Amino acid sequence: MNRFSYARPTDVAEAVREGSPGDVRYLAGGTNLVDLMKENVERPVRVVDINRLPLHDISDLPDGGLRLGALATNADTAWDARVEERYPLLSSAILAGASPQLRNAATNGGNVNQRTRCYYFYDTATPCNKREPGSGCGAIGGVNRIHAILGASAACIATHPSDMAVALAALDATVQVTGPDGDRAIPFADYHRLPGAEAWQDNNLAPGELVTAIDLPDERFTGHYTYLKLRDRLSYAFALVSVAAALKIEDGRIVEARVALGGVAHKPWRVKTAESVLHGETPSHNAFLAAAHAITEGATGHGDNDFKIGLARKAIVRALRQAADGTPQSQTDKRVA
Amino acid sequence: MATATLDTPTESRSITISLTINGQLRRLPVEPWTTLLDLLREQEGLTGTKKGCDHGQCGACTVLIDGKRINSCLSLAVSRDGAEIVTVEGLADADKLHPLQQAFIDHDAFQCGYCTPGQLCSAAGLLAEGRATSRDDVREMMSGNICRCGAYTNITDAVLEVLEKETAK
Repeated sequence: MNRFSYARPTDVAEAVREGSPGDVRYLAGGTNLVDLMKENVERPVRVVDINRLPLHDISDLPDGGLRLGALATNADTAWDARVEERYPLLSSAILAGASPQLRNAATNGGNVNQRTRCYYFYDTATPCNKREPGSGCGAIGGVNRIHAILGASAACIATHPSDMAVALAALDATVQVTGPDGDRAIPFADYHRLPGAEAWQDNNLAPGELVTAIDLPDERFTGHYTYLKLRDRLSYAFALVSVAAALKIEDGRIVEARVALGGVAHKPWRVKTAESVLHGETPSHNAFLAAAHAITEGATGHGDNDFKIGLARKAIVRALRQAADGTPQSQTDKRVA
Repeated sequence: MATATLDTPTESRSITISLTINGQLRRLPVEPWTTLLDLLREQEGLTGTKKGCDHGQCGACTVLIDGKRINSCLSLAVSRDGAEIVTVEGLADADKLHPLQQAFIDHDAFQCGYCTPGQLCSAAGLLAEGRATSRDDVREMMSGNICRCGAYTNITDAVLEVLEKETAK
């Protein structure tokens, strides 16, 4: 690990002052940043430890929504009674990810800001446009079983590794940030970005900006939802493909459909126009298949990951069936029903 | 240039932190890049906590921080200033083994033993969480601890036995 200077502010304004100049990283749970520092992928000159900031609470919003503090841990969030009751999709997605130890340390802000697990990003001996702009992409033409099939670019085919973020995308969350130029709210769909030519930029945070909270709207999908995660082993592995699905069904017809994919793109993948394919339909295999094709339109494999295209479509169909039937995927009994 | 000295990243600069480790309050000078794992093993001589992968993937370094299990390899010690740490050395009550330690012996829940301190601390965390009720739950909630000898079946039996005894109380 490189040597760095260390600051531990106790209020948000002070943190932003400390965090603004140059090569600075905010430290929360450390489960991703400390690992990347050990690998020499991250080499901050200064680390601003934000764990003493008052951002640990989960609180009701006046409009009926829920505010998840940026420093609330993933475990405390997944097991918060209000989250379990009102946003079971989010609880399920969090519990599908990482391990209990990691979820006890990892925070909500850190979860959405975690970086790709692309092998080439981690291996400083190989080219990577995300780690070293302009050096090339080792994954294109390399070993790319875990890589993106949607929204990738000639510069980068990395995926976003989070499960939590997939549920947040489906739930239309909002990311609250603060920074040198003040506060702003970023709709979740606009928070992460596709790699384009600037693969090093995971999201649309400006330099020095800090996530303070994630807000969930007062729109609850408690009856018809599922988080279906497919991976090489049943626990403690990143998704090859995951699906967060949420439906509203009235008089036997779908009136609202949300589908977000993980493990397939540089950001949680949602296509709102494709979701509308389901509106007015009765839940059926054919309707789900049509939606699956619409959501994955333009999917492109890179060799090792060609299988993900078919897998994603089947996973969408299966997840929509689970959601429609009101039988969400268990995160302990891993049999896919 | 007034802040230049403060920001020189190559300068070795200890920060004194307080930790309660296995019930003893300690004031410890640490460099900011020292992980809690290295502090426990190298500075405090508590070598029960193991360094397996050093990347949060194996769970051998699991300790309890303020009652919750975490990977000490991914935690900067300086960031845990003021916390209460329990390592495997702190689980037993003097000469009386922790119920999990006894259950691991009774069920032959290890071969080489390298992962065992992490398994024990993780299982203690699991019990405190109060979420596991079934064998499937235990298997999933112990998935952050790898055992390359493959003692999983007996580890699960041991944890389940203590869980059932605690629940029956």
